[in-house]
Amino acid sequence: MSRSKDNYGRRLDFRQGRVDMAHGAGGRAMAQLIDELFVAAFDNEWLRQLNDQACFGVSAGRMVMSTDSHVVSPLFFPGGDIGSLSVHGTVNDVAMSGARPLYLSASFILEEGFALADLKRIVDSMASAAREAGVAVVTGDTKVVERGKGDGVFITTTGVGVVPEGVDISGDRARPGDKVLLSGPIGDHGVAIMSFRENLSFETSIRSDSAALHGLVAAMVERVPAIHCLRDPTRGGLATTLNEFARQSGVGIRIVEQAIPVRPEVSAACEFLGLDPLYVANEGKLVAICTGKDAPALLEAMRAHPLGRDAAIIGEVIKDPDRFVQMQTSLGGSRMVDWLTGEQLPRIC
Amino acid sequence: MCLAIPALVVKRLEGDEAVIDAGGVRKRISLALVPDTVEGEYVIVHVGYALSRLDPAEAERTLALFAQATAEAGEQGA
Amino acid sequence: MKYVDEFRDGGLARLIADRIAREARADRRYNLMEFCGGHTHAISRYGVADLLPAGVNMIHGPGCPVCVLPIGRIDDAIALAREQGVILCTYADTMRVPASNGMSLTRARAQGADIRMIYSAADALRIAQETPAREVVFFAIGFETTTPPTAVVIREADRIGLGNFSVFCNHVVTPAAISAILEPAPQARDGGSVRIDGFIGPAHVSCVIGSRPYEYFAHTYERPIVIAGFEPLDVMQAVLMLVRQLNEGRHEVENEYTRAVTREGNLKAQQLVAEVFELRRSFEWRGLGELPDSALTMRQRFERFDAEQRYGIVYRPVPDNSACECAAILRGAKKPVECKVFGTVCTPENPLGSCMVSSEGACAAWYTYARFRPKAAAPAAV
Repeated sequence: MSRSKDNYGRRLDFRQGRVDMAHGAGGRAMAQLIDELFVAAFDNEWLRQLNDQACFGVSAGRMVMSTDSHVVSPLFFPGGDIGSLSVHGTVNDVAMSGARPLYLSASFILEEGFALADLKRIVDSMASAAREAGVAVVTGDTKVVERGKGDGVFITTTGVGVVPEGVDISGDRARPGDKVLLSGPIGDHGVAIMSFRENLSFETSIRSDSAALHGLVAAMVERVPAIHCLRDPTRGGLATTLNEFARQSGVGIRIVEQAIPVRPEVSAACEFLGLDPLYVANEGKLVAICTGKDAPALLEAMRAHPLGRDAAIIGEVIKDPDRFVQMQTSLGGSRMVDWLTGEQLPRIC
Repeated sequence: MCLAIPALVVKRLEGDEAVIDAGGVRKRISLALVPDTVEGEYVIVHVGYALSRLDPAEAERTLALFAQATAEAGEQGA
Repeated sequence: MKYVDEFRDGGLARLIADRIAREARADRRYNLMEFCGGHTHAISRYGVADLLPAGVNMIHGPGCPVCVLPIGRIDDAIALAREQGVILCTYADTMRVPASNGMSLTRARAQGADIRMIYSAADALRIAQETPAREVVFFAIGFETTTPPTAVVIREADRIGLGNFSVFCNHVVTPAAISAILEPAPQARDGGSVRIDGFIGPAHVSCVIGSRPYEYFAHTYERPIVIAGFEPLDVMQAVLMLVRQLNEGRHEVENEYTRAVTREGNLKAQQLVAEVFELRRSFEWRGLGELPDSALTMRQRFERFDAEQRYGIVYRPVPDNSACECAAILRGAKKPVECKVFGTVCTPENPLGSCMVSSEGACAAWYTYARFRPKAAAPAAV
């Protein structure tokens, strides 16, 4: 509830109202938007103070900060929206260092004419995702650009967290002999988004897997504090994350196709469009690398968590000066899993 | 060169349109090139058009051929 | 997926591989060309080469309609969008192909041209109906698999009297390409040739044209041809069937893909295509040169749907980089790694020639799926 003594006159019309330039101008209209939408939805002690910054204490240890911009189109899709995606995405990036995410900032670039009903839906979704994840959105910013200069809304979220002692997770720590683990089936998010794109419309029950992974990470780190690498395979998919690890660590990686979980519907949709699930985006999965000795325990910890039920060991790290990622195919042959070339597009050929 | 997948015709619609199901994914396509197809048959779909029907008996025969343990010259004819 | 997963079974693959290993004679090589980009893709993506004996050499042929599309034709498509202000509808495969002056359809779109990726020819028709005030051009590419859908939409456009719709037709035909491999055109740059012992015939082209058209080549050039489905087991079985034919001195057309291909093919589709299209006297194929009777254009009755006539398109050939060895690679005379610019200047990100342009071209397939193999292990296949 607003504590401001200002009288805004009429309340914001969330049913039929639209964003206009005044909402970003710094004056009363903007204050009303912040008050009646953002503060009301995110509702925490920091925002209620209505300062331009949020002040919070830090515990001892190392801090982690991460930022992400979200430009997804369509804004609403099965299993989520740009709002929940922006919260999960940044929570996950912070969590991939082993840190517990604490606070988020949220910046909005709104296009003139954007429906307030949609904006409220997005902000409520963010608030809900943040509450579920146990993080607070403590500060933010709003700007409005002229009609035609934005895609409805762009959201940038920045997150901070604290890494526990004894945890040193980094993409350059993979070593030959390590095992590669995946938390669940790949390709759900990308397929869910594609199914909504114009000219590609197909019906599927696939939903985005967008989720906050810090709970899973906490369970994993507690069981195996010496995890070497963690990352969530978002844009560019599993293939890109593995290539990143290989490059950062100066190693090769060999995975086994049969071990990689893919939902049959995702597989079918990829067949339809000529896509390779290895390159399709995920928003609720993670890849972990740990020593061979720790792998069984880590797998067990993952499988005990709801977001890691289908976790699997999918491969191993090998010595390779060329830093290639290879895959043993379901047929028994082998192929390379190269970096993505350009954007992944559907094909007829 | 031609990405095409086998799909089940689940429902014929008006004209030559139909809904197909491939591995749980459903899409509306055209049967203009195989107009006599009925619901329950499988077709090969390319760029939103069914190109031919898939013959389940031949599919089984082909799989059986793969699994043949003996190396006799039992090839399929043209 | 039904009728897909069963044809990818690793256990059956090993069985077929064992049989090939037993029957392939140690005293000869088997140079087998798989003609179709879909087969190239299946072989690379599953690592089929690992299951074949060393004497079986898989060569990737020119059956990729994006690969063989000349740069000049992409320039024409880009010009249509940029200069004529049409809505250009295209399959996504063409978007990143580099054209002249550092342009591509993707770049042209970034600069404001109205270029839309579609999944089906029917989408182009729909867009034309939904935007009657704009001219819509469908950039049609593909072999005989993709031509019938184009024929269907042209007939439909004719039936409903659609006045703002036309097709920039780049459909090509398979028999001409087989001829070109077996009898190179005199003006094609050729780094040499290798004797192709047998062919794996395209899967879905054959759904449309049937197995009959290949009989001429098998008979005249005395080479076995086996039509195969796209799944890896189909390809392996076809290799086995070719090995057997060669061992037995036969040169017949055999059909491995009997679940979808018949001798006659899809007569309705053939009839629709014949109604709408006729053969051009000649057409340039990237990497293969000018080939007679190799491409289609609209018959006079439908010429108002021909974008080339509607917009007065003049084709200007653009030569490939002089270091490009695609002409030799497409015939199996050279391997991708034998091209001086392969993997250095010429990569999938910056393709110089047809073999690198689409993910199914021989060079792109090798680069993307197989370049981790040691060079010393003379690449028998991707």
